[in-house]
Amino acid sequence: MADISPMTDTPKPPAETALPRRTRLTALRESDLWYSFRSHPSAIFAACLLALVALSALLAPLITPQDPYDLAALELWNAEIPPIWNAQGQWPYILGTDTQGRDILSAILYGSRISLVIGFASVMVALAVGLSLGLIAGYFGGWIDNVIMRLGDVLLSMPFILIAILITAVATAALPTHLKDVLAAPILILAIAVPSWVQYARTVRASAMVERKKDYVSAARLIRVKAWRIMLHHILPNCMTPILVAATLNFGLAILSEATLSFLGVGMPPDQPSLGTLIRVGNQYLFSGLWWIVVFPAIQLCLIVLSVNMIGDWLRDALNPKLR
Amino acid sequence: MLAFLIKRTANAAFVMLAVALLAFVIFRFFGDPVEMMVNEQATQADRAELRERLGLNDSFVTQYTRFVTNAAQGDFGISYRNQQDVMVLIGERFPATFELVLVATVISLVVGIPLGVITAVHRNSRLANALQLGSIVGVSLPSFVVGILLILGFSVSLGWLPAFGRGETVDIGWWSTGLLTPSGRAALVLPALSLSTFQITLVMRLVRAEMLETLRSDYVKFARARGVPKARVHWVHALRNCLMPVITLTGMQIGNLIAFALVTETVFQWPGMGLLFIQAVTFVDIPVMAAYLMLVSFIFVLLNTLVDVTYAWVDPRLRDDAAKAGGANG
Repeated sequence: MADISPMTDTPKPPAETALPRRTRLTALRESDLWYSFRSHPSAIFAACLLALVALSALLAPLITPQDPYDLAALELWNAEIPPIWNAQGQWPYILGTDTQGRDILSAILYGSRISLVIGFASVMVALAVGLSLGLIAGYFGGWIDNVIMRLGDVLLSMPFILIAILITAVATAALPTHLKDVLAAPILILAIAVPSWVQYARTVRASAMVERKKDYVSAARLIRVKAWRIMLHHILPNCMTPILVAATLNFGLAILSEATLSFLGVGMPPDQPSLGTLIRVGNQYLFSGLWWIVVFPAIQLCLIVLSVNMIGDWLRDALNPKLR
Repeated sequence: MLAFLIKRTANAAFVMLAVALLAFVIFRFFGDPVEMMVNEQATQADRAELRERLGLNDSFVTQYTRFVTNAAQGDFGISYRNQQDVMVLIGERFPATFELVLVATVISLVVGIPLGVITAVHRNSRLANALQLGSIVGVSLPSFVVGILLILGFSVSLGWLPAFGRGETVDIGWWSTGLLTPSGRAALVLPALSLSTFQITLVMRLVRAEMLETLRSDYVKFARARGVPKARVHWVHALRNCLMPVITLTGMQIGNLIAFALVTETVFQWPGMGLLFIQAVTFVDIPVMAAYLMLVSFIFVLLNTLVDVTYAWVDPRLRDDAAKAGGANG
């Protein structure tokens, strides 16, 4: 060792600095996941599609010809214009207008915003609740585990859609009228999150029960690492893979559920329409030949859910060690 | 086995009591039952008298016990909206939903099983890949969108099939069936198709996964070695071994289909329980909501319990595990 010490003052050998620095980006590009992604055309297609949808929803105020919520911008003589490729089509209403002169494309892009936000938020709420309750149940065990998991059993013994409808119905019945429309989105997020946290809780609980008996947890406990720290920093990272797959697939399911609830009339009100509300409203004109009012929002909804599900399917296979 | 049976039944009873508690809390605390039942001119004394008569002044536990006892006897009170007995209302609507779910289940099996076998047998062929992609599309299509597109295609454009209602029905005792008249059968086609899309993809994926397992097993190889025709090996020998999980899935999914039928029933204005429930939600008709919740949950829990018990009866190893894990695995 002594013969190396004179070297300490000299700068590092140039060979080392010449190597590209290992940033997060290069780490990602060299990972197995990225390789798998590149070799799956369906995953690339789905990711591009989802990115396009998300970007157009995000930039909706900048790229749409009209603000669909601004009643002053609607002109009745522009009502019921068919899509642009039809002989009666008019620029700039590419996908036509509805019975009040609202541009369908603008309504779809604004509606996608609401659908995506509610879907994402409900997955996040369900994740937060499910992961914390699952960790607590699995780590502490005993009566608290019993209470949490029994509650989960009861929730799973009722159909998902029924719980969601009940929550929205009861919440809207209990609220005063002026709050109903303001709170429509938070109620929907809650209604979708409540029946879906159980799945995360069960996954994380199973893994917490296994991990807490291992030596490294005992060692951590011995040096008095706090319980929440052990759960968050040591146990949780061990079960993120199945959670990630489930969360992706549930994102698609959440968007579907939101659309279904709005279609049934217990979701977003017509003045802040999500894709489901647009389909519900358009459904009334099905027999009057105004097919574009209902078909285009439906296509957008299907494209969003399809791309999310394709990514989820790919992720499930790519992260499954058995299939490598 | 007896211990398992008791444990499983107790579990189911616990879940039903919890659902009943939920239904009761909704029933009792959202919207005042007295306000819903009296007319505008009722005096304060009338209201107090009605309150006493309905037992709303009793303690929470007494009221809950009464609710459960009545519910167990099928008594859910009177609908706020049309002043009829709730159970009679639901009983009138039940056959419509049942026939819809039954036909959708049959369609899902008749279409899903062959598709699953084909995708497994011709794995990596162009047809199988297309079907596999189709199954992801099937999962991603919301059932109400499928319904609307079917109406647009077959009713509005082509005019082949009716878009709403149940057509003519025939009464057999208290059961009104639409299966015996041509118009009833025609009306059933589109709703049943739209309800079964999701189920078809579910059955197809399950059969495919099971078939891939089975095709690797020794007895299939021996059957081939003996010179049994390929079709017979696939469709008789291998398929038969895949059917048990399919039957389980179908049984457990019936509860889900009944619940999901409410979406289909709304699209097609199908006069079933689901449509009744959605109308009850719009009018805050809480007795009907509570009864529907209890009934669907009961069917759900009953099917789950039956499947678990049957499994434990067939495979003794499951008795201990299932009793430990507890709960319905939906």
